[in-house]
Amino acid sequence: MSAFLEIRNLSARLRDTGERVLRSVSLEVPVGAVQGLVGESGAGKSMIGRAVLGVLPKAVEIVEGEILLEGRDLLKAKPSERRRLIGTRTALIPQDPLTALNPSRRIGPQITDRLVDILGWEKARATARAAEILAEVDIPQPERVMRLYPHELSGGMRQRILIASAFAAEPKLIVADEPTTALDVTVQKQILHLISQMQARHGTALLFVTHDLGVVAKICDSLSVLYAGKVVEETTVQKFFAAPQHPYSAALLAATPRHTDAGASLEPVPRAVLDAVSAEIAADDASWRRHG
Amino acid sequence: MLDGRGAVKRRAGARLWLSGLWLALVVLAAVFAPLVSPQDPLAQDLMLGRLPPFWMPDHEPGFWLGTDSLGRDVLTRMIYGARVALVVALSAGVATCLIGTALGLVAGFYRGWADRIIGRLVDIWMAFPPVLFAILLIAVLGTGLSSVVIAIVVIDWTRFCRVVRAETLNQSQMDYVHSARVAGFTRLRTLVAEILPNVLPVIVALLTLEMGIAVIVEAILSFVNLSVSTDAPTWGGMIAEGRTSIYQAWWVLAFPLAALFLTVLSFAQFGEGLRDRFDPVLR
Ligand SMILES: Nc1ncnc2c1ncn2[C@@H]1O[C@H](COP(=O)(O)OP(=O)(O)O)[C@@H](O)[C@H]1O
Ligand SMILES: [Mg+2]
Repeated sequence: MSAFLEIRNLSARLRDTGERVLRSVSLEVPVGAVQGLVGESGAGKSMIGRAVLGVLPKAVEIVEGEILLEGRDLLKAKPSERRRLIGTRTALIPQDPLTALNPSRRIGPQITDRLVDILGWEKARATARAAEILAEVDIPQPERVMRLYPHELSGGMRQRILIASAFAAEPKLIVADEPTTALDVTVQKQILHLISQMQARHGTALLFVTHDLGVVAKICDSLSVLYAGKVVEETTVQKFFAAPQHPYSAALLAATPRHTDAGASLEPVPRAVLDAVSAEIAADDASWRRHG
Repeated sequence: MLDGRGAVKRRAGARLWLSGLWLALVVLAAVFAPLVSPQDPLAQDLMLGRLPPFWMPDHEPGFWLGTDSLGRDVLTRMIYGARVALVVALSAGVATCLIGTALGLVAGFYRGWADRIIGRLVDIWMAFPPVLFAILLIAVLGTGLSSVVIAIVVIDWTRFCRVVRAETLNQSQMDYVHSARVAGFTRLRTLVAEILPNVLPVIVALLTLEMGIAVIVEAILSFVNLSVSTDAPTWGGMIAEGRTSIYQAWWVLAFPLAALFLTVLSFAQFGEGLRDRFDPVLR
């Protein structure tokens, strides 16, 4: 099956220092598939998600590469065209449920605004749809909840609402940026299960950003391992957990607790492995500078 | 936890109502000045000079808070003075708020060159000592109420600009703003419909603070005779006159000073109270 989202040789850097934050990143998300994006904090996972959705921070600029959505390059599209493509085909499940809902607006309009203003639905249809999708993520009394403000709801409830909101317009691709990291461990499991369930039911492709390989094992079909803005390994989940190819991936896997042997001591990523990857990246940078 | 919140709420409530009550009184006095004033604000009668307030010996009925050295009724002049104070507070407050807020929103949300230009402008502006700046402006514009208002706006828009910019910047980095942009909303719509409601509590608090400041600035300029004409009753003018006879007739100074103090305090407290009340996160 062809890729719904394809990123080719995407490089980005900080405007002021010129420091590279993405190094020729390539990855694919096939239609309806779940692609994991794994790496330590600061590896550039969010940066990739934000580049796809067109919400990079002002401080970051894309130097080269292509982001193809259904074969159309978002980076070459006119702003209005890009906004339309992203707005109608993608959605975001953000990391922090505390800041992802607008604190001064009621839940209902935060879900329906987009359906009405961007997709041109009738108001009544949008409201009905919002209630329906909220019920689907097990929000009790959706009509009542739609009249509440975010601070009147628990973190778990808010994350459910964000998931519902992301699926409301039936997007083809959802970027989930560490959607469970900010939650309690018990809630994490439920939310993960919910995302997985919704994804399967709606056939939505998912770009799933996380630093937790345990989560990847549960939800993803394939994954890309990111280190310092570089994809060091791209493979299927099965192959990865059987035998990771890159030393850094292997070390990362060794550093992840198995759910079977809880309490087993964790190996930090060995110094030697980090040095090796850093050298690889330095060489890469050097050749990039020579050519660019 | 519950108790803590409850106590905060109660305090905020009392603050809001007390300050609101005083401001309402001032507004009513200003609006209905000709109806509620016991005397004519400009009428002089040297025979009635320096009458004490009603509870002291030798007071005259009808002159509740006494008279000044020219025999003008202190209470009446205070009531008319409230008009000047409120007109300045409203016009200067609102104009300052609109200009500062618009620039702050643009700088904090769009960043880039707009932010750099506005930021530089604010820096340059803040380098001038405000009182000197005000007197300079009045010297150029000439005395009078509109000059006072213009001077306040020209000097104080930076306060709004700085605070609103910081808060807008802060809000712009929240995930809900990203979500709105991903959904396909334009920048302008995101700014007005998503961010502005969250900056509004700060704007309201600043606006009332600014109104209080405007009242003080007008009083200071009246005090040094740079505001409205010398005859017209203003709190600052009354304080200036009262200062010369403080030992013979302290009331000429004390009552307008108290009114000024209470009004400025009430504006600030009212703003804080409103913010506590209407900020959905604190509510
Ligand atoms: N707003 C920003 N301005 C400048 N640099 C940033 C900004 N956000 C993140 N970065 C930098 O970009 C790199 C990648 O960040 P990010 O994508 O957020 O990492 P991750 O999501 O993998 O933890 C980091 O080195 C980080 O310091
Ligand atoms: Mg991140």
